[in-house]
Amino acid sequence: MTLRTRSREAKGPLDYARNWPLRIWIALVLVFLYAPLACLVAFSFNESRRNIVWTGFTFDWYGTVFGDDELITAFVNSLTIAALSTLASVVLGALVAVALWRFRFPFKPVFDGLVALPIVVPEICMGVSMLVFFSRVVPWPTDLPWPLDLGAIVIAHISFSFPFVAVIVRARLASFNRELEEAAKDLGAGEFRAFIDVLVPHMRPALIAGALLAFTLSLDDFVITFFTSGPDTVTFPVKVYSMVRFSVTPEVNAASTLLMAVTVVLTLIGLKMQGKDVAKMGNG
Amino acid sequence: MQDWRDAKGPFAAIFGAPALWLLAFFLIPLAIVWAYSFGRPTGLTDIAITGTFANYVRTADPVYLGIFAKSIWFAAITTLLCLVVGFPIALVITFASERGKALLLLAIMLPFWTNLLIRTYALMAMLRTEGYVNTSLGWLGIGPLPLLHNNFAVTLGLVYVNLPFLVLPLYSALDRLDKSLLEASLDLGAGHLRTIREIVIPLALPGILSGLLITFIPALGSYLTPDLLGGPDSQMIANVIERQFKRANDWPFGAALSFILMYLTFICIAGQGLLARRREKAGAV
Amino acid sequence: MTAKTLIRIEGLTKRFGDFVAVDDVSLEIGEGEFFALLGPSGCGKTTLLRMLAGLEMPSEGRILIDGADMSRVPPNKRPVNMVFQSYAVFPHMSVKDNVAYGLKVDGVPAKQREARVYDALALVKLEDFAERKPDQLSGGQRQRVALARALVKRPKVLLLDEPLSALDAKLREAMRFELAQIQDKVGVTFVMVTHDQDEALAMAGRCALMQKGVLQQVATPSDLYEYPNNRFVADFIGSINLFEGRLAVDEPDHAVIQCPALDTPIYVDHGVTGASGATVWAGIRPEKIDMVPRHGEARPDRDGASAGHNLAAGQIRNSAYLGSETVYEVALAGGTIVKVLRSNTRRYEERGFDDGDAVWLSWHARSPVVLLS
Repeated sequence: MTLRTRSREAKGPLDYARNWPLRIWIALVLVFLYAPLACLVAFSFNESRRNIVWTGFTFDWYGTVFGDDELITAFVNSLTIAALSTLASVVLGALVAVALWRFRFPFKPVFDGLVALPIVVPEICMGVSMLVFFSRVVPWPTDLPWPLDLGAIVIAHISFSFPFVAVIVRARLASFNRELEEAAKDLGAGEFRAFIDVLVPHMRPALIAGALLAFTLSLDDFVITFFTSGPDTVTFPVKVYSMVRFSVTPEVNAASTLLMAVTVVLTLIGLKMQGKDVAKMGNG
Repeated sequence: MQDWRDAKGPFAAIFGAPALWLLAFFLIPLAIVWAYSFGRPTGLTDIAITGTFANYVRTADPVYLGIFAKSIWFAAITTLLCLVVGFPIALVITFASERGKALLLLAIMLPFWTNLLIRTYALMAMLRTEGYVNTSLGWLGIGPLPLLHNNFAVTLGLVYVNLPFLVLPLYSALDRLDKSLLEASLDLGAGHLRTIREIVIPLALPGILSGLLITFIPALGSYLTPDLLGGPDSQMIANVIERQFKRANDWPFGAALSFILMYLTFICIAGQGLLARRREKAGAV
Repeated sequence: MTAKTLIRIEGLTKRFGDFVAVDDVSLEIGEGEFFALLGPSGCGKTTLLRMLAGLEMPSEGRILIDGADMSRVPPNKRPVNMVFQSYAVFPHMSVKDNVAYGLKVDGVPAKQREARVYDALALVKLEDFAERKPDQLSGGQRQRVALARALVKRPKVLLLDEPLSALDAKLREAMRFELAQIQDKVGVTFVMVTHDQDEALAMAGRCALMQKGVLQQVATPSDLYEYPNNRFVADFIGSINLFEGRLAVDEPDHAVIQCPALDTPIYVDHGVTGASGATVWAGIRPEKIDMVPRHGEARPDRDGASAGHNLAAGQIRNSAYLGSETVYEVALAGGTIVKVLRSNTRRYEERGFDDGDAVWLSWHARSPVVLLS
C-alpha cells in the first residue's frame, strides 16, 4: 500500500533524484566519465592528423586500421581468446557453483576461499605468475599453428574469469527452490535429467551474465596478457599499448572506437537477453 | 546439501575439473613465484631457490618503502575521492524511479565495460600538453598546464577508472536500507544531512566498507594508469614489479615484491572481515 | 465534534502518474480526537496519512494544522509525528537513544532530555528496557518504542499507520485498550490508519471511510454502523443483507419499498426523501432479523407481519456455529440468500434450528436502512 511511484508535480522529501544540486552533480560526473570517450570517438573521424582541432570529417583512419594487418590480427586474436575463454569459464564457473551449493565435503571453506582468490589477487601478481609458469615450467611452444599458439593466453584468461562466473551463478543458485528438483524427481526424472530440466534453466540468466562478464574481462585484460603473450601472439590491448605509449594518433582513436562499439553492442545484447539486472549483477 | 560420499560419481564429475584447473593454472604458478621469492638469480635465466630472505630484506630499502607508501597513498586518496564523488550518485540511484535507476546504472556501468586501456588512452588525449583541455584553456589565455605525466594525472586516472567500482556496492548498500527509517528520522525533525550522518551511514556502513575495499585493492595494484599517465616519480608497486620481471631481470626480487603486494591485499581483506565480525558480535546490524 | 478544529484538510488530491490515490478529500479533525482512517487496502488512506506527515506532497489542496498551512512544509518542520507500520525503530540505537533522537535533533538540553525520555518510556512501560537494542525486543515492545519516540516530542498530532497489524491477535486486543488509554492520558490528537473495521470501531471516536481515494462517510462508529451513507459503507462495516427495490410510498412518517426478492414489501417507520419510484436499496443487518419456525401457511404474529409486510418465508440452507452466536443462511422462495444471526444466549436452546428447516423471517419497521446509492 505504500506507493513509491514518483509523481511529476509534487516532490516528496526523499525524492533525491529530483533534487537540483544532486542532478547537477550527476551531470558533472557523467561529463567526467563520458567526455574523454566522446572526444576519442569524435576525433577518430577528424581529418587532421594532429588530433586536436577539428578540420573535417573522414573515414580515412578506419581505412588505415583495416589496412593494418598487425592490428587486424591482434583484433582477431583478442576476439578468439575471449570466445574460447568465455566458453571454458562458463562451464568451469557453473561447475564450481553447483559443487559448492550441492555438496558437503572436507575442507570446503578452504576451497571456497581458494576459488575466490583469483578475484582478489592483484593483476600484476597473477601476470608474473603466468609469466613464470609459461616460460619456466610449461614452456608454451611458439611454433604452433593458429589458434593453438594462443593457448597460454587462453589458459590465463580462463583462470581469472571462471571465479567471477562462479560468484554470479552461486548467487543465482541461492534462490533455487529445492522443491522444484524434488518435484521433477517425484515425477520420474533421474538425477541427471532433473539437473538438465530444472536446475540449468534456473541458472540460465546467471550463465548469460557470467558469459558476458567473462567475455568483457578477457577483452579488457591488458596486464596479464602482457606478461603471458610471446612476441608473436599479440592481442589488441597489447598492440594498442605499444602504439599508445608515446603518441596519440587518430588510428588509435579509430581502433579504440571499433573495440568500444563491440563492447557496447555486446553489453546491449546481454541486457536484452536477460532483462534489466545485468548491470546490477555486474562485477565484484 | 548432500555429503560427497553419498554421491561420489556426480561429485567427482562436478568438482574435479574446476579443482584441477585451479590447482594447475593458478595455485602452482603462484607457488612457484612464492618459491622464487626465496631464491637468487644464478645466471641470465637460472634461479636457485636457496631459502634466503635477502629479497625481502631488500624491499625494506627506503626507495622501495617509499614506493609502497606512495602506492598506498594513491590508492587511499583514490578511494576517498571515489567515495565523495560516488555517494551522492548512489543516493540518487537508490531513490530514482525504476526507469531512472536502470538508466543511471547503465550510464555508470557502460564506461566500466569499456576497455581499461582505451579509457586511459582517452584521458591521455584529454590531458596532454597539446590535448583538448589545454587547447581549450589556451583559447581563454590560460596554460598550458602540466596535466599529464604527474601525480595529479595518476590520481585523476585512478578515480576515473575506479569510480564505478564504488558506486555499485554503495548503491546496493543504500538500496537495502529500510526507507521508513529515513522517513522516521525526517519525521522526528532531523534534516537531510543529519539523517544521512546518523541513520544512513551507520546502517549502510558494512556495505560502504566493503565498497571501499573493492575500490582500494585494485587501485593499490594498478599498473596501467601510473604507467601511462604518471611521471618518473609517480610509479606504483606494480610498475616496479614489472621492471624486475621484464627489464631488470631480477625475478626473485620481483617475486618478493609481488608477494608483499599480495600480503597487503590479504591484510586489507582480513581487516575488513574482522571489522565485520566485531560489528556482528556487538549486535549492530 | 465539540472541540476546536485542529486539522483542516481542503480538497486534497494526490496523483501518482495517472493513478489518483487520494481524490479531492476535505475533512476536519478536532483537537484531542482519536480519529481513524478506514478502508480496504489501496483506498488511499495511507497516502492521506503520509501527506499529513509531509512524507508525500499533495498534488492539489491544502492541509492546515492549528491554522497554519502545512501543505508544502517538509516533514522535519511539522508539529506531527508518526508511528510507522514497520515501526522503523533505528536498529543501531538503544531504546533510550531512539526515544531521545527527536529531542536531540531539536537541541533539547541533555538534562531535560533525559527526564522527558524517561517519562515517555514510563508511559509505554518500557523503563526497564532503556539500554536494550531493538533486536532484543519483541514486536510489541518495538511498537512501544516507536510510540514513545513519537510522543516524547509532544506533537500536536500523532499519526499511526496500521499500528496493530504486525501484532498477533491476543496482543492486538490488549494494545487496543492501551493505545486508547495512552491517548486519554496525553490528550494528543491521534490519527490512525487501519483496514480493520473492528479496530477502528473499537478505538476511534470518529472514523472516515475511504474507497478508491474518495471519502465515503465520516461519522462516529455507531453512526457508521447504524446509518451508513451508501451500499459501500453498509457492506464494508459489518455484514448486511441488501435488497434492491422500488420506492413505492414515501411519506414523512413512513415509506414502503417493493423488493422483487421478498414476498412482502418492506415498511419503514420514517420518510426516505427519494423520488417516488426510484431504485433504492434496503439493508437489514443479520442480527436485526427475527426467525421463527414455519408450519404451513399460517403467518406468525410478529413485527409488521400481520399488516402484510416485513415478512419473508424461507428455508435454512446452511449454518455456522461461532460459539457466541450462530449464523444461518436462509434461502427465500426466489433463491435470494439472507443471513440471519442469533445469539446463543443459553447453553441449550429450547428450539434449535437445523439445516432444511422451514422458517419465517421478520424485522421491525425501525430496522431496515434505506440507501439511495
